[in-house]
Amino acid sequence: MTTGPENAAQTPEQSPSSEVPPSPLVAALQREHAEWISEVVIAFGETTIVVPREHLVAACSFLKTWPEGRFDFLSDICGADRGVEEEPRFEVNYHLFSTTKYHRIRLKVLLNEEDTHVPTVTGLWKTANWHERETFDLFGVIFDGHPDLRRILLPDDWQGHALRKDFPLRGYEPYSLK
Amino acid sequence: MGLENVIAEALPEVLTTRLDSLINWARKSSLWPATFGLACCAIEMMNATSSRNDLARFGSEVFRASPRQADVMIVSGRVSRKMAPVLRRIYDQMPEPKWVISMGACATSGGVFDNYAIVQGVDKIVPVDVYIPGCPPRPEMLIHAVMMLQDKVMKESVRDRRDIPEEEAREAVVPGTLPVTDGSTARQNTLPDSRPYTIASRHERRRSS
Repeated sequence: MTTGPENAAQTPEQSPSSEVPPSPLVAALQREHAEWISEVVIAFGETTIVVPREHLVAACSFLKTWPEGRFDFLSDICGADRGVEEEPRFEVNYHLFSTTKYHRIRLKVLLNEEDTHVPTVTGLWKTANWHERETFDLFGVIFDGHPDLRRILLPDDWQGHALRKDFPLRGYEPYSLK
Repeated sequence: MGLENVIAEALPEVLTTRLDSLINWARKSSLWPATFGLACCAIEMMNATSSRNDLARFGSEVFRASPRQADVMIVSGRVSRKMAPVLRRIYDQMPEPKWVISMGACATSGGVFDNYAIVQGVDKIVPVDVYIPGCPPRPEMLIHAVMMLQDKVMKESVRDRRDIPEEEAREAVVPGTLPVTDGSTARQNTLPDSRPYTIASRHERRRSS
């Protein structure tokens, strides 16, 4: 179930499309920077905010230093391929956690197939270095500004990006040293 | 010059059954494995060496960390395509006589991982003597495999492992003709294009007993 920015200030009884009130964190964020939020999804107790690519670094940096947020721990960056015919095709998820306030949030960036560039958040959380390398290795998402963007899991001379939906499961050639 | 070469060149027409038995007994009673635990099967391999199932009873007294001091390589676990050249290099560093035990389903045939990342059987990379099924195999199965390998070792003949010195080694015996390896020698070590990672091993021409 989704709530748009215009429903944020309403009480739960008045908004017909949601049964769960948006969390105070999301409401406060919408008050502060509503232009960063494309969409909010709250499901299964998890909050996801879809962020446009150009506001990603600003949003992450804001969430990290914001007294309401204090998201100082980047749990994970993972990519997803929604399908070859989907538009947008790729998404990059950032899972943030606060070690002082114990709440989590997910930021999602949607990318088209032709333009898979995302600014890096390595300046905010050092762990993003390897997570972004993994997302590049397996999906082909290029992180602008990354200090060392190269493959991390697959061999260095691998061709293709393995977790895309059009990459065959068994790979392209069997491996043999004969 | 290995023992096999000396015997083959000095006593070409002599049957070597007693000598075979002695040498094979010595080899099978002290099969020292090289540590090559890759994944979950390594846990069961550790179990096989712990006190409950004691592999050291059968001669595998120490697991040598250096492949240069090991006799048998127990490939326990799935081999990813990134790890495969490393495995081949470790195998090449082991001196003859050497054997390979492929432990578990993943090392034998890729196991449950029929995908782009896992080599579908370590016998695509190294010659294997004993295969162990299981996911993971019980430690007793590993001990049984070591015993099967010991039976296989007993059936070998010392003449099987004779290796023919290559032309370079023959030339090296004459003083002043040592091969110069500066990349400009005419004689290149030709290897097939499908195997860029290692020098062709003559041990793959040995006969299996």
